[in-house]
Amino acid sequence: MDKENRKIKISPIRNGTVIDHIRKGQALKVVKILGIMKQDTDSVVSIAMNVDSSSGKKDIVKVEGRELLREELDKISLISPEVTVNIIDDYVVKAKHRVKLPGTIKGIVRCRNTTCITNQKEPVEPEFLVIHEKPVSIKCIYCERETKGEEISENLR
Amino acid sequence: MFNKDHVVSIREFEREEIDTILDHAVKMVPIARGEKKSLELEGKVLATLFFEPSTRTMLSFEIAMKRLGGQTIGFANPSQSSVKKGETLADTVRMASSYADIIVLRHPQEGAARLASKFSSKPVINAGDGAGQHPTQTLLDLFTIKEEKGRISGNHIGIAGDLKYGRTVHSLTHALSMYGGEMTFIAPEGLQMPDELTGELEREGIGYHKTEDLESVIDQLDVLYMTRIQRERFPNEEEYEKVASSFNLHRGMLDDVKDDMIIMHPLPRVDEISPDVDDTKHARYFQQAANGVPTRMALICLLLDRNRGL
Ligand SMILES: [Zn+2]
Repeated sequence: MDKENRKIKISPIRNGTVIDHIRKGQALKVVKILGIMKQDTDSVVSIAMNVDSSSGKKDIVKVEGRELLREELDKISLISPEVTVNIIDDYVVKAKHRVKLPGTIKGIVRCRNTTCITNQKEPVEPEFLVIHEKPVSIKCIYCERETKGEEISENLR
Repeated sequence: MFNKDHVVSIREFEREEIDTILDHAVKMVPIARGEKKSLELEGKVLATLFFEPSTRTMLSFEIAMKRLGGQTIGFANPSQSSVKKGETLADTVRMASSYADIIVLRHPQEGAARLASKFSSKPVINAGDGAGQHPTQTLLDLFTIKEEKGRISGNHIGIAGDLKYGRTVHSLTHALSMYGGEMTFIAPEGLQMPDELTGELEREGIGYHKTEDLESVIDQLDVLYMTRIQRERFPNEEEYEKVASSFNLHRGMLDDVKDDMIIMHPLPRVDEISPDVDDTKHARYFQQAANGVPTRMALICLLLDRNRGL
């Protein structure tokens, strides 16, 4: 039944990227982080939420016709570190990898410190150093305030 | 050793760099007092960009520059200056760094100095950014301890007041963790030193104690660093008065302290040090404030020396 279910909801794609094992409820944020919808692209993006898996519910995002770059995908680990990425080529999984947190995060998250200079009209993107990976904790390079866990997904730009 | 292009946060300094600044500052003392003349920075211009007023800090930087033969330009308050409303800090700094040789920035927003350092073609010194960093205060605190006690390490240093929110005491504690000694944090319940800072001491193997009772530890200290406890941290006036009174230092509390114990305070003070302490042999807070001049002189020289080749 489970397998049947999955098949119906998530049809295979010919070429592109399948982002699997996204934390339940985070799929839209993943799309946002990747900036897929902002880019000049014709790719079909499909999102499946609350899909059953062996380890509970998960979300899945599929981007057809595009092979996302590794450094783009690594940003996802900010909100969903357990993600696996499948690169599909002619219906076959060509490559499969996990995401890895980069050392610095630029432009994706805003600083939660309202008196931080990056929240003013200044020509800079917010920038953070990753100071802890599990759980994720990042530190603003401007005001030095830390942001962690849920606060990160709440402050996506 | 000194290899900083800007001075934004004390956290970026290694102990060797701090030592270099403090050693240099010693040589500046006679010049700062006007006993010796110097034209070391003749022809150099320092810009003071003060987006919020702080007369003491600004005067200290201006005097530091002028005692070395340099000039200063700038503003003490953006509303009285030509900084147009709506102009970004980035643009103001870019403009100022094209005129001046070094920039001193004070700004109400945290992280402003880091941002300025990214847009300035000349060295930037952070003179306080909101609740953020104020590294020259920490340097002059360290300089004072070194001058008065002969060395920084090995002292029993008590820090009293609002230790939870005070940026001055956080920076000082961090800096002292590089030197070692013994520390006692004296604060009312709820305003104690955050674990983040005491964790640093633990990692460095520095012993520390926490207490709410200033009088019970004052006799053991070599240095007592007082800070203000702010009224707005308490739910009501009564609560505040109760706590604040035990943190108001007066002459009567000094009867049994060590002979050479010194009392420091970042100033301005309100009620936390009674005027009757001022003429005791322990008071050093006015000297401490005066130490801001040689410390800032040293910093300006080191930054400009480093940039001379550019
Ligand atoms: Zn910030």
